[in-house]
Amino acid sequence: MSQKLFFAATVAVFAFGTAQAEEVEVTHWWTSGGEAAAVAEFAKAFDATGNKWVDGAIAGSGSTARPVMVSRITGGDPMGATQFNHGQQAQELVEAGLMRSLENVASEDGWRDIVHPSSILESCEIDGEIYCVPVNIHSQLWLWLSNDAFEKAGIEVPADWNAFVEAAPALREAGIQPLVIGQQPWQASLVLQNVVAAIAGPEIYAKIFNEKDVEAVNGPEMEKAFAALETARELAAGSNVQEWNQATTMVINGEAGGQVMGDWAQGEFAVAEKVAGEDYTCLPGLGLADIVSTGGDAFYFPAIEDPEITAAQEELARVMISPEAQVAFNLKKGSMPVRGDVDLDAANDCMRKGLDILANGTVVDGLDQVLSADAGNQLADLMIQFFNQPDMSVDDVKEGLIGILEYDS
Amino acid sequence: MAKANGSGRPSRLFRNLNAKIAAIPMILTAMVVFVGFSLWTVVYSFTKSGLLPRLDFVGLIQYERLWSNTKWLISIQNLVVFGACMLIFSFVIGFVLACLLDQKIRFEGVFRTILLYPFALSFVVTGVVWQWILNPDFGFQSIVRAAGWESFTFDPLNNGKIVMFGVVIAALWQGTGFVMVLLLAGLRGIDEEIWKATRIDGVPAWKTYLFVIVPMLRPVFVTALVIVTAGIVKVYDLVVAQTNGGPGISSEVPAKYVYDQMFLNQNLGQGFAASTMMLVTVAIIIIPWAYLEFGGRKRG
Repeated sequence: MSQKLFFAATVAVFAFGTAQAEEVEVTHWWTSGGEAAAVAEFAKAFDATGNKWVDGAIAGSGSTARPVMVSRITGGDPMGATQFNHGQQAQELVEAGLMRSLENVASEDGWRDIVHPSSILESCEIDGEIYCVPVNIHSQLWLWLSNDAFEKAGIEVPADWNAFVEAAPALREAGIQPLVIGQQPWQASLVLQNVVAAIAGPEIYAKIFNEKDVEAVNGPEMEKAFAALETARELAAGSNVQEWNQATTMVINGEAGGQVMGDWAQGEFAVAEKVAGEDYTCLPGLGLADIVSTGGDAFYFPAIEDPEITAAQEELARVMISPEAQVAFNLKKGSMPVRGDVDLDAANDCMRKGLDILANGTVVDGLDQVLSADAGNQLADLMIQFFNQPDMSVDDVKEGLIGILEYDS
Repeated sequence: MAKANGSGRPSRLFRNLNAKIAAIPMILTAMVVFVGFSLWTVVYSFTKSGLLPRLDFVGLIQYERLWSNTKWLISIQNLVVFGACMLIFSFVIGFVLACLLDQKIRFEGVFRTILLYPFALSFVVTGVVWQWILNPDFGFQSIVRAAGWESFTFDPLNNGKIVMFGVVIAALWQGTGFVMVLLLAGLRGIDEEIWKATRIDGVPAWKTYLFVIVPMLRPVFVTALVIVTAGIVKVYDLVVAQTNGGPGISSEVPAKYVYDQMFLNQNLGQGFAASTMMLVTVAIIIIPWAYLEFGGRKRG
């Protein structure tokens, strides 16, 4: 009993102690090489303001980290700030009053004018108030190719998905895995997202995922997309890595021909000191369409009744959206800045392509922005099942997808 | 339990009053935690709770969705396969090992320690270790291939059809030693006179084990059965560490479904519905059995 009391006392003292210092614990799931380097930029910029960034990295991608974050917030042990993908992941937390509004900071600094495209900030807005700081834009619509792998197979690096499919047999012959997809379910749904956006087209994409239009799923454009999905399953047969960065590593080492992955893969190439265009090739929209999606990461700030922490939170929010931190962070992360007015001279070819499309091309919403967490995960389960069962038909996917859309609307 | 059942006169209520008062905190805890929270879960399984619990009743919708969900159906199927294999093999192997150790062999303590040692490891460690051993690229398969048998294929964790057996292997490695030790303790409790009697009658040892000793060990078997079954129903960490439900969703289990629904999909209602179904299933098995097991005692 006395031991318990002692424990409680030390915890209390410790909690009291941390509340005094202006330390802000920030939880996120950025643990791969490129991601960790990027988040260190935020930490550096925040520490420069005289506060202290306490890093609360949670390993194992968002699906492992989010439950931890949510249970800490709902369980009354909130951190100072936490990452979520903007969209609906934190919506209920906001509605329950567990997150603080950043409206005063946002309107004071004019976030609505500087954030581009505006849909990014709209995803942070609930009932007219802004609850999160968007920090980057990640397009999930990229195909990454290993130039090494194609050289080994003695063929040219394909310029689009169709050429890639044609090159696949040669890759197999050379003992190279044509397409690598990790076993995390969301990676499989990323492939669906890509084929819908690039092959069925952005209008169909918006109809299906934004408007939840079931009719569109049965349309002729989607037939082509589903056929491509089936092809992707054949190309991915035999890939048995788990994490997305292990898959990217295979592409970096030339053990795999290509990977469909968001532009965060860019960070891994950068850490491995690979050069875009020389060592690897990036194709937006599977090389078929100039298209990017606007999913991304945002930071939410749990409501804490301590004026010092509150002030530090506001400071952190300002740091994250400041032009300097945006440039430093996004260059390391391989993502695009959320403001159109910053200078990204140091951006490499791939990022430049993305920025150009963002400015002039087609932009679609990321799945996290338009689907509930429930629907998103059901979709991921459906897709990972499809990729692991060669006998599962496209019709089953169609039926499953319709069910999920109906459920979510 | 038995005492409470046997109470006839009201005065018995006040017997051992101190002990009963001392037990009140535990009784309260049990009532609130086990009964109260279970009821709470059942009630909320009829709601549309998302990330946070909300009393927004929607009838049986969560259950309809549950039973039309492939992932849940696969989970149930997997649990049946896993449970059947675990029960049969852990008891058969455990009993055989216990009998062998019971032969008064030398270094018994050493063997007992070796066989029980895996039980000291958590399921997470067990899962990771066996994930490595069963990895076709650098585990068991590659060793056999390197030894010369080129076409040898044993990759249960990458084959959805047999992945559950890969999980069973790891679970058996971890849990069989425990069954063995329980049964061994039971065997040590058998009166030496029984052995003498059967020897005089010329009954072979294996027959004695099967027809005399096993029935005598019934209480020990029941204890082991309850513990092993509880472990089967709640299996979660082993699967998460070893396969994370994969490949695809072919090694999902109900407890993982509950967790995924509650915390990944932010759909508490669905998670509660699934856990209520787990509770109902267990109750259907336990209640008739408990009735037969303890209800019959009244005459004694």
